[in-house]
Amino acid sequence: MAIFSKLFSKIRAGSSSASDWKEIEEALIASDLGAKSAAEIVEIAKKSKGDEIDSAVSATLQSWLSTSNRELAFNADRPTTVMIVGVNGTGKTTSTAKLVSHLKRENKSVLLAAADTFRAAAVEQLQTWGERLEVEVITGPANGDPASVAFDATTRAKNEAVNYLIIDTAGRLHTKSDLMDELGKIRRVVEKVLPVDEVLLVVDATTGQNGIIQAKMFMDSVAITGLILTKMDGSAKGGIALAIERETGVPIKFIGTGEGAEDFESFSAEGYLNGLFR
Amino acid sequence: MFESLSAKFQGAFSSLRSKGRLKSGDIDEIATEIRSALLDSDVSLSVVESFIEQLKVRTNEVLEDLNKSTNPANAVFEIVNSLLIEILGGSARRIRLAKKPPTIILLTGLQGAGKTSLAGKLAKYLKDQGNTPLLVASDLQRPNAVTQLQVVGESIGVPVFAPEPGNGVGDPVKVAKNGLTFAQDKLHNIVIVDTAGRLGIDAELMTQAKRIRDAISPDEVLYVVDAMVGQDAVRTAQAFQEGVGFDAIVLAKLDGDSRGGAALSITQVTGKPIMFAATGEKVTDFDLFYPDRMASRILGLGDIQTLAEQTKGAFDSETAAKLETKFASGEDFTLDDFLAQLEAMKKMGSMTKLLGMLPGANSGAMKKQLEQFDEGELVKTQSIVQSMTPMERHDPKVLNGSRRSRIANGSGRQVSDVNSLVERFSQAQKVMKQMRTGKGGMQLPPGMQMPPGMPPVPKVSAPQNKKKSRSGNPAKRALES
Repeated sequence: MAIFSKLFSKIRAGSSSASDWKEIEEALIASDLGAKSAAEIVEIAKKSKGDEIDSAVSATLQSWLSTSNRELAFNADRPTTVMIVGVNGTGKTTSTAKLVSHLKRENKSVLLAAADTFRAAAVEQLQTWGERLEVEVITGPANGDPASVAFDATTRAKNEAVNYLIIDTAGRLHTKSDLMDELGKIRRVVEKVLPVDEVLLVVDATTGQNGIIQAKMFMDSVAITGLILTKMDGSAKGGIALAIERETGVPIKFIGTGEGAEDFESFSAEGYLNGLFR
Repeated sequence: MFESLSAKFQGAFSSLRSKGRLKSGDIDEIATEIRSALLDSDVSLSVVESFIEQLKVRTNEVLEDLNKSTNPANAVFEIVNSLLIEILGGSARRIRLAKKPPTIILLTGLQGAGKTSLAGKLAKYLKDQGNTPLLVASDLQRPNAVTQLQVVGESIGVPVFAPEPGNGVGDPVKVAKNGLTFAQDKLHNIVIVDTAGRLGIDAELMTQAKRIRDAISPDEVLYVVDAMVGQDAVRTAQAFQEGVGFDAIVLAKLDGDSRGGAALSITQVTGKPIMFAATGEKVTDFDLFYPDRMASRILGLGDIQTLAEQTKGAFDSETAAKLETKFASGEDFTLDDFLAQLEAMKKMGSMTKLLGMLPGANSGAMKKQLEQFDEGELVKTQSIVQSMTPMERHDPKVLNGSRRSRIANGSGRQVSDVNSLVERFSQAQKVMKQMRTGKGGMQLPPGMQMPPGMPPVPKVSAPQNKKKSRSGNPAKRALES
């Protein structure tokens, strides 16, 4: 992997100056990988000989990646249910739309549930996407019970035997225990009709170390199965996602790279790790 | 929010306190700990380094004097505190109102930072101060951002200028410009322009932001930033500063547990003050940003000022006055009054959040207690009182076994819960009587626990206020006597 050719070039050339090492630490920290992980990598690099640095560091980073399946679940015999969750403003609704577009391109039938009944106009935002992507959106009354929207949608999905049901939920800070409980309730209600196959946590690439606790809290209340890492088209490196993978073992499944419905990719380890220190 | 940071600071300082005399090496040691605490809090590396550098220089300069002082550790603590306040912006700055209205405020920031929610909160805040703000929907990018602003505007009673449907249709520059003309015609004294989120590296959208700015020459350009942002904070803030330029920063989503280190970085690197902080989902969860309070918070000194203000806001003056009169006239404090106080406390928001503002709230023992605090306890107590008849609330002495069992059923609690509430309440009532008659002072009987809701707290201040008003205003005093 060519990730480190630039990062460690000076060291490989024989430098051992403190300022060069500092530069490396700086680049590592700047990726939002976390200060502790950054220090670990520097340690590993310092222990390795010139030519081995790249492979040693690369192996370490690879070992931090989750070993879980990164494919989106699919059931041939019943609708596959996917919940989209996350804190406010990470791009849940946009990611929902992108996921729908991704599935439509694979010729799957999709039903959408607008379970963000809280934020003003969130339902309309999803409906607009639904029209653009020609997908039906199940809605409920504003400020209504999101679990009831999810329930109706799941029942519909089951009756109509669509391939995927995607449930967009309201953004919530992981510190609001009542809102986190509400998420658990949505999951339980859906499970009365169909098992929940995927719960995808949407993480903004600009997120700092708070992302780890976010992931843990969402894990506790609704058992997340994967990550969607958004806003990767900006200047942020999204190292927090690797930190989350390392801490929780939850894999990144998709990467969002823009505002268009097609700006959405399946995760590629090489591309991602390369981008961390570009 | 800064909890973990303050926990680390406190850990570092308690080890310092155990040393009597400080040596240069001790300073290095604590500097290393502070460095890692700040990095874990997403403060950018360059800012951390300069902070540590300044800390070392200042501390070593006064090391001699420090060791003469009775508590050197506290003196170092003070230096850290003042450095933090300096970086966080010195003193809070208010919105600069234009000499010739309307005052134009432009909001910018990344996607999802919280601009549209903030536009509503800012409008509500300014409206409550007697202004007549107008919201302008110039985010024509994100699907239904315009609708969102309209809904928010309606809920707070602020008009929204939204001639274009958005969703990619319309020219945001034109909308901003026409919005300004509209505001001038309709005599709105403040215009708040919401714009689309954009990436710092998106040259095209940055140019568009600049064009909006040039078209309306805003008095304040506010850069909205998510408190949870990481190391990219500085790069993006710089891109916005170069791209469109901004006068002040607004921190959104400060109600999470993010340590908000980005706040330190951005204000340090751009030299711009943080003006406001948004602290919750409700439109009223919004306040000026106070650097000194935030620094106290980082250092675990608590946030007494905010607590006091929230308490004041929650007990509306009418209820307070009624209770005061009641108290002074010698009437008994009833369960109805208690219920009113519970309601008021619920208005103040989460108890954990409130108590977290107390000094030392983030230190070991108290933190643990806070974590165990059951927010539901308030609701439970409330439901018990609500299951009582007016007569029972007025005179709990009538509560016999059958009544208690009915109340327990009605509120979904156990009879023992009802018993303990009644017991604690009657003790509280007794204390209040003693306080009024001047016997027993303000001390609670030993071993007695107040019911959640702590009725005597506001009562303690009530008679004092009364006295003050008596001596403060001669005219009133004459009337009173």
